[in-house]
Amino acid sequence: MYGLGILKGFRVTLKNFIRKPFTVQYPEERLKQAPRFRGQEFVWYEERCTGCASCAKYCPLGIIRIVTDPDGGDEQEGGSYKIDVFDIDQGRCMYCGLCVEACPYDALHMGSTFEGAQATRADLVITMEVLKERPKHPSTWFRPQLEQAGVDPFGGAPVEWEDAGREAFAWHPKRLQAESKSGPEGSPPASAEGSPPGGGGG
Amino acid sequence: MTLRTEPVVVSIGPHHPSTHGVFRMRLTFDGENIVDAEPVIGYLHRGTEKLAEERQYTQVITLTDRLDYVSSMTSNQAFVLSCEKLIGLDVPDRGMYLRVIASELQRIVSHLIGVGFFLQELGGFGGTALMYAFRERERILDLFEMLCGARITVSYARIGGVFADAPADFWPALRRVLDDLPGYTDELEALVFESEIVQARTKGVSVIDPVLAVNASLTGPVLRGSGVAWDWRKAAPYDVYDRVDFDVPVGENGDNYDRFWVRIQEVRQSLRIVEQCVVQIEPGPVRATDAMLFRPPPGEAYVPTESPKGELGFYLVSDGSIAPYRCHVRAPSFINLSLFKEMLVGWKLADAIVSLGSLDFNMGEVDR
Amino acid sequence: MGGPTGGLEGNAFYRVVYGVVVEDLGWEPWLAYLIAAMVIILIVVNGALALGTLYTWFERRVLGRFQGRLGPNRTGPFGLLQPIADAIKLMFKEDIVPRGADRLVFSLAPVVMLVPTLLVLAVIPFGKGSFLADLNIGVLYIVAVGGITTIAVLMAGYASANKFATFGSMRAVAMVVSYEIPLVMALLGVTLLAASMSVVAIVEAQHLPYLLVAPLGAFVFLTAISAELNRNPFDVLEAESELVAGYLTEYSGMKYGVFMLAEFTNTIVAGAIFAVLFLQGWQGPGLSWLGSQVGFLSFLDTGAVRQIESHAWFLAKVGLFAFVATWVRATLPRLRIDQILALAWKVLFPLSMLNVLVLAVEVIVWPEPSAGELGIMAAINWAVAGAAIFAAARLVSLSTPARGLGPVAAVEAR
Ligand code: SF4
Ligand code: SF4
Repeated sequence: MYGLGILKGFRVTLKNFIRKPFTVQYPEERLKQAPRFRGQEFVWYEERCTGCASCAKYCPLGIIRIVTDPDGGDEQEGGSYKIDVFDIDQGRCMYCGLCVEACPYDALHMGSTFEGAQATRADLVITMEVLKERPKHPSTWFRPQLEQAGVDPFGGAPVEWEDAGREAFAWHPKRLQAESKSGPEGSPPASAEGSPPGGGGG
Repeated sequence: MTLRTEPVVVSIGPHHPSTHGVFRMRLTFDGENIVDAEPVIGYLHRGTEKLAEERQYTQVITLTDRLDYVSSMTSNQAFVLSCEKLIGLDVPDRGMYLRVIASELQRIVSHLIGVGFFLQELGGFGGTALMYAFRERERILDLFEMLCGARITVSYARIGGVFADAPADFWPALRRVLDDLPGYTDELEALVFESEIVQARTKGVSVIDPVLAVNASLTGPVLRGSGVAWDWRKAAPYDVYDRVDFDVPVGENGDNYDRFWVRIQEVRQSLRIVEQCVVQIEPGPVRATDAMLFRPPPGEAYVPTESPKGELGFYLVSDGSIAPYRCHVRAPSFINLSLFKEMLVGWKLADAIVSLGSLDFNMGEVDR
Repeated sequence: MGGPTGGLEGNAFYRVVYGVVVEDLGWEPWLAYLIAAMVIILIVVNGALALGTLYTWFERRVLGRFQGRLGPNRTGPFGLLQPIADAIKLMFKEDIVPRGADRLVFSLAPVVMLVPTLLVLAVIPFGKGSFLADLNIGVLYIVAVGGITTIAVLMAGYASANKFATFGSMRAVAMVVSYEIPLVMALLGVTLLAASMSVVAIVEAQHLPYLLVAPLGAFVFLTAISAELNRNPFDVLEAESELVAGYLTEYSGMKYGVFMLAEFTNTIVAGAIFAVLFLQGWQGPGLSWLGSQVGFLSFLDTGAVRQIESHAWFLAKVGLFAFVATWVRATLPRLRIDQILALAWKVLFPLSMLNVLVLAVEVIVWPEPSAGELGIMAAINWAVAGAAIFAAARLVSLSTPARGLGPVAAVEAR
């Protein structure tokens, strides 16, 4: 009553006048991104990819185009298809990450950048060549092995394909085997803290 | 002799600063008084329900992000709850707690923005309260980014839980936000709700009678503003809402002021819920199954949830295939608009804007 | 007629020019008057417009800080060149005149808006002995000329042929007409106290700032002037959340720029009026006062120092007003138009009457009050002001919903 409420409002604004501004002066300053940030620049490991096209199947928009050569690869168990085309149309991608979640061989990872403006829509389609050449800085989204290894997608060392997979993860059977041979160093799986992500359900 | 006057029809929107997106009001004015009002919707129609019918259940989660884009977490949650009922999945405790924490943080975001826009619509220049609300919202969105790598289109929930556990640095960050938020909420309340100008503008304006509100199936803060204590989190608790203690704030008069007052009180209740969840949550799996593809048995399921806007539910019909046969969204924003005319007629243009804002609807959800 | 009988006699700059032109060169006195007047007008008009442009920057920076952000900071140091960048942008914008608009009136409105703003400056003393004209009806002149801007708003709203613009201008007329009255009453209190309508005399009569002596008058004046300036909480003419941009909706390019410039310059001019009428104008303690008190500093007590510091005081007071105006804008939401009118007639009008009444009685008791007597008056007036505002808050409720037709009645009536 009596305008006291208005005066309280004035006090609040004055308090904020004295406070430091909370805005960030992009591009000189940047917000700290979380390691799980789902961004552009998909990281794709040619060596790991089998051409199974799970990623293409689970993309809600169907924007991953994979063409495999039926004669080129070794389709026996444990082998992989020869991939002719691997296009991701980033112009339509919504960075939901379902393709990454679906990939059973940990070949595809989310990237961490967000500044990918191009002059034409066609330039937004990233091809296999582009994917091969890109620096390998995978986001730790849906990749507990990277999270556990403390991978920093923003300026850390690039991740080699050998280290990107789930077999590098502490609880992976192969890893446990290897460690039990070499010595009892390997700690038992801390699966209480993180449910191991399974392969694609298909 | 009387001066002959005639009513003026003014089309407010679809491009107008305060219609919450591409919404159009056809208002008929007699001077400054509104004598007729008609909402025109459909400018943001994207066919979400139809799109959902040709996508697998997991893929539909990404569509729910885009329904109410200031509150994606609750939409995710509502959808996966219906799916889980359809499939008959039991969700591990930790998954449910994480979903509730995320949803309640999202509720805070949604209400803060609602209250921030409130002052903007009343005419506070450049939205001072809005900027304060955004400051807090940013911090919560940072938490979301830690959780799931995105700020708005989160897609955090998965059928059977959430996609992954929270990273270790999430908990201290959440603690800091929980410590700071009550103070900022007080500040916002002092700036907005104690101001006599705001009270003069909004008290007694666009009163919705409780009986009328129930009959028009209004839900959420709009209904509670009219004094009806109806909250799906209490009425039919989902996830872990039956294990936490919170109050359902209700308004007295059902006017614009009460509708917003309820929102800022709900921010406090949400903070209470998150605090309790942080204490109660225990280590364990977060996801019942890692499967991404489901073939639910034929049947139907509907789980009503309390989104920040009101009752949000997905009515799913399964024919046994990998995609829903029918997916109907009960969008609270859309149904809350049903008393549009009753709220606006008889008031002035300035009130119309605020009354519209007090519904706190979101065009992404209205048009779907 | 013709001779230098106007207000420039007291002007220091005029005396300098007079000395050179008439006494050294032996030219006609009217030539000295003309030269001095032209130079001063040039300085004043451009200075005011420059201050107005600077104020756009100032307000955006300060509002930014109030809202926890920085405001414009990219163009030049601290973003100081932002107004220039804005002006360049506006000049290159297409100047659209809507079909159905009254072209002449539409184009004329910005000018009609800007000119009275500058005219008011004629009677404002910017420093000791530094003014264009010392009209003996200065206060009346301010009120009369300042009222013209309403016509510009009406012209803009009518000529745009846009419903939002019409709404805005109709509100403007209703509001400004209502607020002129308390405004004039508040100024009446000041003229009573100073026993003069000359602005210079009012400044010189303020041994104590009239803000302290007549708080009620200052309150009414501030409220009414922010209504006249269309600033929060009375910015219903533009009301961006309701009327898009009110009477400016159809304006673009430099016409819009001129409107904006006029609006911001208006605030600066209002600050100047407030400074001279309520804040002692150019007066204030400074280096020269120090010089006259402390012996060894007496070299500071010169005319030049006094000139500079009187201008500085004036500018500082205008700046203070600008800051407070921005603060108000950052904090307060808008009132509804019917509440605005109710506030004018139910609250401000009686308050201003009371103010005049009390001051009139006091002036009878203490004609030509000295500083001490002004202090006694201040004590009385503060008590009266507190009681009056308390009573007004008790008695008048703005929140009574004012509606034409009740919701139900309206639905049935159709
Ligand atoms: S991130 Fe989502 S939209 Fe983009 S390619 Fe992967 S699945 Fe498709
Ligand atoms: S799902 Fe993984 S392995 Fe299969 S094609 Fe895609 S990137 Fe390659």
